[in-house]
Amino acid sequence: MLKIENLHAGVDGTDILKGLNLEVKSGEVHAIMGPNGSGKSTLGHVLAGRPGYNVTAGSATLLGQNLLEMETENRARLGLFLAFQYPVEIPGVSNMEFLKAAVDAQREHRGEPPIDAVTFMKKARETCKIVDLDPAFLKRGVNEGFSGGEKKRNELMQMILLEPRLAILDETDSGLDIDALQVVARGVNAMRSENRAFVMVTHYQRLLDYIEPDHVHVLADGRIVRSGDKSLALELEARGYAWLEEEVA
Amino acid sequence: MSQEHIDRAINREYAAGFVSAIDSDTLAPGLDEEVIQFISQKKGEPDWLLEWRLEAYRGFRQMEEPKWAHVHYPPIDLNAVSYYSSPRSMKDGPKSLDEVDPQLLETYAKLGIPLHEQEMLAGVAVDAVFDSVSVATTFRGKLAEAGVIFCPISEAVHSHPELVRKYLGSVVPRKDNYYAALNSAVFSDGSFVYIPRGVRCPMELSTYFRINEARTGQFERTLIIADEGSHVSYLEGCTAPMRDENQLHAAVVELVALDGAQIKYSTVQNWYPGDAQGRGGIYNFVTKRGVAHRDAKISWTQVETGSAVTWKYPSCILRGDNSVGEFYSVALTNNFQQADTGTKMIHLGKNTRSTIISKGISAGDSSNAYRGLVRMSPKATGARNYTQCDSLLIGHRCAAHTFPYIESRNPSAVVEHEATTSKVSDDQLYLCQQRGLDAEKAVSMIVNGFCKEVFKELPMEFAVEAGKLLEVSLEGSVG
Repeated sequence: MLKIENLHAGVDGTDILKGLNLEVKSGEVHAIMGPNGSGKSTLGHVLAGRPGYNVTAGSATLLGQNLLEMETENRARLGLFLAFQYPVEIPGVSNMEFLKAAVDAQREHRGEPPIDAVTFMKKARETCKIVDLDPAFLKRGVNEGFSGGEKKRNELMQMILLEPRLAILDETDSGLDIDALQVVARGVNAMRSENRAFVMVTHYQRLLDYIEPDHVHVLADGRIVRSGDKSLALELEARGYAWLEEEVA
Repeated sequence: MSQEHIDRAINREYAAGFVSAIDSDTLAPGLDEEVIQFISQKKGEPDWLLEWRLEAYRGFRQMEEPKWAHVHYPPIDLNAVSYYSSPRSMKDGPKSLDEVDPQLLETYAKLGIPLHEQEMLAGVAVDAVFDSVSVATTFRGKLAEAGVIFCPISEAVHSHPELVRKYLGSVVPRKDNYYAALNSAVFSDGSFVYIPRGVRCPMELSTYFRINEARTGQFERTLIIADEGSHVSYLEGCTAPMRDENQLHAAVVELVALDGAQIKYSTVQNWYPGDAQGRGGIYNFVTKRGVAHRDAKISWTQVETGSAVTWKYPSCILRGDNSVGEFYSVALTNNFQQADTGTKMIHLGKNTRSTIISKGISAGDSSNAYRGLVRMSPKATGARNYTQCDSLLIGHRCAAHTFPYIESRNPSAVVEHEATTSKVSDDQLYLCQQRGLDAEKAVSMIVNGFCKEVFKELPMEFAVEAGKLLEVSLEGSVG
């Protein structure tokens, strides 16, 4: 589904990713761990097409299409979803309006008519239940005055409604208490399917107790330096990253 | 998102920019007493009105163009402007719509303002003013049943002279300011509304102003009188063709809300704003003011997206006790547009209340200023004002300014002022695009969200229109 080869990318001429390779197959869940500054968040933004991030070498394809040449919105319409680490507020634009506009933009891209308001309302209310948000949040401005945990759950709600093919979760677990973490895990696990893949960027093994990954990768200095199964995460939890970085050096 | 994207998203074409090939009688450019006599004669005005105009003109000649607004433009040569232009077919005045030049009807149809009764918007009566004359007023029969008078002001001078004479200049004195004095001297047409005591006007009233002829100015004058306990909602819309030279529009609007009356006045101003390089466009120098008597309410709502330069402060004189004034404004400037707009709330009566919600949006190289005055007079015991003034910047070459003036001479009066400035951030756009929205849709959604508090004050059909207008006006603006 997602294939990244020898990817070099960064911001303002500084390379942060330095030859990254990764392949994610449909139905898989990958966890990407690594020390601060190793390039974990950069990877998500480069794939999503954040302005200001430049690719200097390598390739990345999603469903066989060259991601790096596509506009940000077209990557999203192809089925790439990024759950933001720090979701921004859009005052005055109701969550409902925003969600429907996003869903309709993607439907339009697939040649489908806009979803009718009643059906969508029902779906949105059901999703609120899954992510444990009061339906009143639908009427509030996007992330406007939401707590950190509410913002993360709102990201999850968007993911569920948009039904992406590839979801990248950028430290969605950070700053969450254990109850909220379980809500996130429940949402992701419910979404797992043969047609969908997940890439979870995280600092902590804790999340992986709830969402069991098929593969775990360690990112250090812009490259994947070790890959393994979930036992690698446990090892990292016990030993930290320093030994790996030394080994690589 | 790249600059190119944003530019594309904001720079769409001005849809109302066509010129109609209408045969017109246009007065040669120039301004003197003879011109004023000509206009007055053309309209067959009584002597008192001619004298009133000439007195305004004499006052005008002693005045200087105001320079305090935060706008810059080359000096306007008032002698290069034609002060009267009328479609030739209007010479003897149409008796009914069947007699109106089909070209004119077509112009309005193109603008989405059908004047044929069978096609008209249900529940909205329209007066259409083309250059210097009113070409059609719809639904007059139905309004007459309710006792409502809605007609061109040039006609009201003859049919209701006592009302016109009593109230003309009663709110905006003819020598109030430079442009108001000019308007008083040369005003050509506009709408006149009278709502009798206790009557709730059965439909929305609306005037649609259109400048067509080149090198003409438009100087319309609107007078609305709501008698005791009556209600009226009035909408005004404006467009002009695209031309390289600037054109002058200097209007005066006077509202009189007698005891317990309510007037809601909404404007969607979409005069030609000039091109992306700042060439051409309308100079919109307008004086709008209302007087609210005891328990009366005046509410101004404006969506200002057009004009090269806007200078406009719809104001309320809260004369009667318990009277209420409101001002809801969205002013959007793009490219090289400049706006200096806001309101004055003059609290004279006891327990008077006013609310000001102003949303300024600047994009491109434009400049957008809010200028507001809240005055609490010594007798305005218990008066209250709440002002909220928000600016939104799109890109990094535009400017937003806020000039709030507060004068309180009554210790019991309460004045609150809140102001914010924000930017359409790259992160907001990124979030929207990551969810599949294109840049254009994202910007218009963010801007619409910013304006929500004002849009909800507009009559329903206008609110939708206003949202679309913003979208069009924004094209090409993010950076």
